[in-house]
Amino acid sequence: MPEKYFAAIDLKTAGPFLALIALIVIGMLVNEAFLSTGNLSNILARSSFIGIVAIGATFVITAGGIDLSVGAMAAFISGCMILIMNSLMESIESSVTIILLAILASIGIGALAGLLNGLLTTKAKIEAFIVTLGTMGIYRSLITYMADGGTLSLNFTIGDIYSEVYYGTLLGLPYPVWVFLLVAVVGYILLNKTVFGRHCFAIGSNEQVALYSAIHVDRVKTMTYMLQGVCVSIATIIYVPRLGSASGQTGILWELEAIAAVIIGGTVLKGGYGRIWGTVVGALILTLIGNILNLTDAISNYLNGAVQGIIVIVAVYLQRGAWRKKKH
Amino acid sequence: MKILQRLVPVITGCLLLGVTANAVAQTIGVSIPAATHGWAGGMNFHAEETKKRLEAAYPELSIVLLTANSASEQANDLEDLVAIHNIDALVVLPFESAPLTGPVRNVKRQGVFITVVDRGLSEPGIQDVYVAGNNVEMGRVSAQYMKQRLSGGGDIVVLRGIPTVIDEQRFGAFMAELEGSNINVLDNQYANWNRDDGFTVMQDFLARFSKIDGVWAQDDDIAIGVIQAVRQARRQDELFIVGGGGMKDIVRRVMDGDRLTPVDVLYPPSMIATAMELTALKFISNAPLNGEYILGSPLITPENAAQYYFPDSPF
Repeated sequence: MPEKYFAAIDLKTAGPFLALIALIVIGMLVNEAFLSTGNLSNILARSSFIGIVAIGATFVITAGGIDLSVGAMAAFISGCMILIMNSLMESIESSVTIILLAILASIGIGALAGLLNGLLTTKAKIEAFIVTLGTMGIYRSLITYMADGGTLSLNFTIGDIYSEVYYGTLLGLPYPVWVFLLVAVVGYILLNKTVFGRHCFAIGSNEQVALYSAIHVDRVKTMTYMLQGVCVSIATIIYVPRLGSASGQTGILWELEAIAAVIIGGTVLKGGYGRIWGTVVGALILTLIGNILNLTDAISNYLNGAVQGIIVIVAVYLQRGAWRKKKH
Repeated sequence: MKILQRLVPVITGCLLLGVTANAVAQTIGVSIPAATHGWAGGMNFHAEETKKRLEAAYPELSIVLLTANSASEQANDLEDLVAIHNIDALVVLPFESAPLTGPVRNVKRQGVFITVVDRGLSEPGIQDVYVAGNNVEMGRVSAQYMKQRLSGGGDIVVLRGIPTVIDEQRFGAFMAELEGSNINVLDNQYANWNRDDGFTVMQDFLARFSKIDGVWAQDDDIAIGVIQAVRQARRQDELFIVGGGGMKDIVRRVMDGDRLTPVDVLYPPSMIATAMELTALKFISNAPLNGEYILGSPLITPENAAQYYFPDSPF
């Protein structure tokens, strides 16, 4: 019995990593430029947005919830940050101070937006799918309204200084990658080594039982949404300096990519089981697919979506191998 | 209360009818897609501006402007324009050609003067006036510039929009014009007319090709992403970028003689203004109007950029 149990866990953990390794091998075969340091650092930096958002989503999904509003929320927070920085230009001299204030505001807005999603789900007893579908529409129209249907652009003076946050490097790795790593480590500890994390697992497995076990179900669930909101704002903080702009198109489909990354990584969509490192690998896999498709013209442009679909399904198939074995 | 609730629409209905029946005023309905991306934002801006200008200049004209988020919403808008606003003329930029052909035909049957903008209907004979940009010419003008600039030959990459008829026309004309020249298109990929994808796709092109002489970004939003990717790779001295549309940021760069974006190709969001002005003429002049108006896609160069620069527009 115990041996079987360990074998199952092993495959579950190894699945996403196998898919990742397979993709890296394919990338190397497709184009030698794939392994260039420039390309690898591009991939890591690029995956940090979805990756950080997906780490937050791991908590929400593990606790049995879902958040569809993250993409629109990211666009909305980006817009707020740009407006705040542009308007502070007149009153504050130091660009660094302005950027720090905008970062603080970003985290505050993210936490509040998460709190709103959480309270509407737990206190107003509306299904998370509907709540976050609603807030998704709200944030998406707010950013379009704020930008007048066009694009909000960050002032160039601030943009030049702030851009260091995306383009700068430490020990050869871009800052966004370090932030991603840090968020992942903190997320891992929070989910696997704390009471809060265990409560997330318990609520996701069976909310009623968790309630009877004296777990503050509403509070824990609300906190997962706040955590998600803060993760979105962290992703935004490293997204804004990249292009210095936000529009109605910012963060489109991020929610689906984040959920996909979480599931590819081995977290269960209906809750009760979550894996942070799996999520990290899931985000890398999604970014790799896009990158590899751009590095080759062997596959018709028109079929890009099909290739992505197949790889995602295969990755999850590998990872669910353990479950299929259990049944028979 | 209930009676009152029922009466309110009746009363307002009577008021509306009264107003339209008594006034000599002519009403023009304008139905356009909502500002969901940069170019459409610019188009909305020009529609608002033109509405203000026309209503100020011609007090007898009133203009009703409705924006829609989807083809079906736009079909509802068209019904409302006829039923509630009792329009005399319609200016419509269809979300999609085929699904809106029927609804526009229904408006026409009410005796309304029809002006169609940008995307033609699937059936001839419905519109009185057709105003459009020229996607084919846009692709061709871009390719002509590439040929002139890289007369000795060169390697270019192409970033495309969203897989649609518009993108096909632009790309097809671009490739056809390059045929027989010694310009080599290394690869083309979709960048979905947005900055993030422009950035990502260009990063990958830069990683993949060690020598790129020119970039056709086809769209100014894509071009903004491309510029950032090129700067990040510090390869701004080896190549140039041709965008498209006429976004103020890019036009500004052209005006300032930026090396990286020496030119832009116009695909004017202000075409809605052309259409509205033409439609207004119907009621204030006897000049013949019916027919097709195809706007050019001129090359925006440092010399002529000033006339295409609208600092107040969101696009």
